[in-house]
Amino acid sequence: MRTRRSRFRLLALAAPVVVVLAAGCGGNVPAGGGTERTGDAVDGAITVFAAASLTVPFTDLAARFEEAHPGADVTLTFAGSSDLATQITEGAPADVFASADTRNLDRVEAAGLLAGDAVRFATNTLELAVPSGNPAGISSLADAARPGVKTVVCAQQVPCGAVTAQVEEAADVDLTPVSEESSVTDVLGKVVSGEADAGLVYVTDVRAAGNAVLGIPLPEAAGAVTTYPIAALADSEDTATAQAFVDYVLGADGRAVLGAAGFGAP
Amino acid sequence: MSGASLPRWVVAIAVVGGLFVVLPLAALALRVDWPRFVPLVTSESAQAALLLSLRTSLTAAFLCVVVGVPMALVLARTAFRGQRLVRSLVLLPLVLPPVVGGIALLYTFGRRGLLGSSLHALGVDIAFSTTAVVMSQAFVALPFLVLSLEGALRSAGTRYEAVGATLGAGRWTVLRRITLPLVLPSLVSGVVLSFARALGEFGATLTFAGSLQGTTRTLPLEVYLQRETDPDAAVALSLILVGVAIAVVGVAHRVRPLGVSAMPLIRPASERDPVR
Repeated sequence: MRTRRSRFRLLALAAPVVVVLAAGCGGNVPAGGGTERTGDAVDGAITVFAAASLTVPFTDLAARFEEAHPGADVTLTFAGSSDLATQITEGAPADVFASADTRNLDRVEAAGLLAGDAVRFATNTLELAVPSGNPAGISSLADAARPGVKTVVCAQQVPCGAVTAQVEEAADVDLTPVSEESSVTDVLGKVVSGEADAGLVYVTDVRAAGNAVLGIPLPEAAGAVTTYPIAALADSEDTATAQAFVDYVLGADGRAVLGAAGFGAP
Repeated sequence: MSGASLPRWVVAIAVVGGLFVVLPLAALALRVDWPRFVPLVTSESAQAALLLSLRTSLTAAFLCVVVGVPMALVLARTAFRGQRLVRSLVLLPLVLPPVVGGIALLYTFGRRGLLGSSLHALGVDIAFSTTAVVMSQAFVALPFLVLSLEGALRSAGTRYEAVGATLGAGRWTVLRRITLPLVLPSLVSGVVLSFARALGEFGATLTFAGSLQGTTRTLPLEVYLQRETDPDAAVALSLILVGVAIAVVGVAHRVRPLGVSAMPLIRPASERDPVR
């Protein structure tokens, strides 16, 4: 399965700046990785594979990057980190990989596909999300474990589920979830629709959901921080632009945009 | 190959098209970790998913028969204003993305849904239950049964039913002794197809029912989840689903000839001797 919504530049409509920019390069045809580049010029077309939780900040960062480097064209592909890692190891053309956990980036590294070292660029922590109005009156992780409370979590097999298990252990709470979803966005969806009374999601998911959910910070989550690594990929046809994008995410602009989305500094 | 009257390039394109369907299945089979195949497909979670899938799909297929047969009869044997519109609406889940079906079910039977809020007040919660899985499956599978049965009813015509009625048979007798036996093979293939569709249901289940081992995590959801950590397990389980699909298609194709030999009356209209 291949996810490529990014070509549409989904959130390009969000900021007026971006709209102007999009109008500016409307005539440009993405290079699609035709010619091998060896120079240092940052003006090529790159494809960035990024974890789904990075959708909001990376869409913004890609637009800013294109603005700062005329001629550069960033195509974003968002999906679950393990999907992206599998696609990269199966030969999908990507220039940069930003993963929501170190495990999946390690898989790509083990396959010998990294151009350099992976760098940690953001952190995320879990929070309890409850539907607006908090119908079940949840205020702690223990409340979410009460009988009759419908709590939804990520399955152990996915990164957010592994962190959930750590948080449960730290809080000495044993949740009996009504559903173990395969992605954090599915957990959030069950909370937003009001089907679930509570769900364990990332702080950034609560921030992105706006008024639809209420976030309840978990003191126990502080010890189970998810780290996001980023790396340029070895098979890139434009290593200069790929590395420049990585540096941009690690730089001041990247920090500011990620911080605004709720991500912590590593 | 007989029938060589076709231009060669048509045959060539057909072969490419055939490969397009068959090659991915072969690639899947090639990726199977055969030494681990049996342990992978008999793991606790895999068994729970397989059993749940069979249970829910059979229930969904049964539900499809219970409501789908009357629906097909009404569509084929009655005429009313807006019938074409009704038929199109009934067949809608066939072309609708399943995830859209899931969202629609959620807004109908979910806790804050159209009917769900009343059900919730009565103490009935459907979301996150096996019932939700069956409903998702029946929603997407129903058109298969209605479509195949209605087509059969129309092509079978009403001649035998009319004769039966003139000989004094009541409506129920005509339905039971003439109409339904006439379309039995199509009914069986419709059941098999709706069962298969229910077995493969993913999007609506994921959206509406959630995913919990033994309760709502059917085989396709298990495949989707295993893929995260154990691609070998996902491939092995996928192959099971491919096997079931092949068996189902085989049965659906076999049903008609079997039916013909058992009951001379029920050959499709096109094969029937015009003189008799």
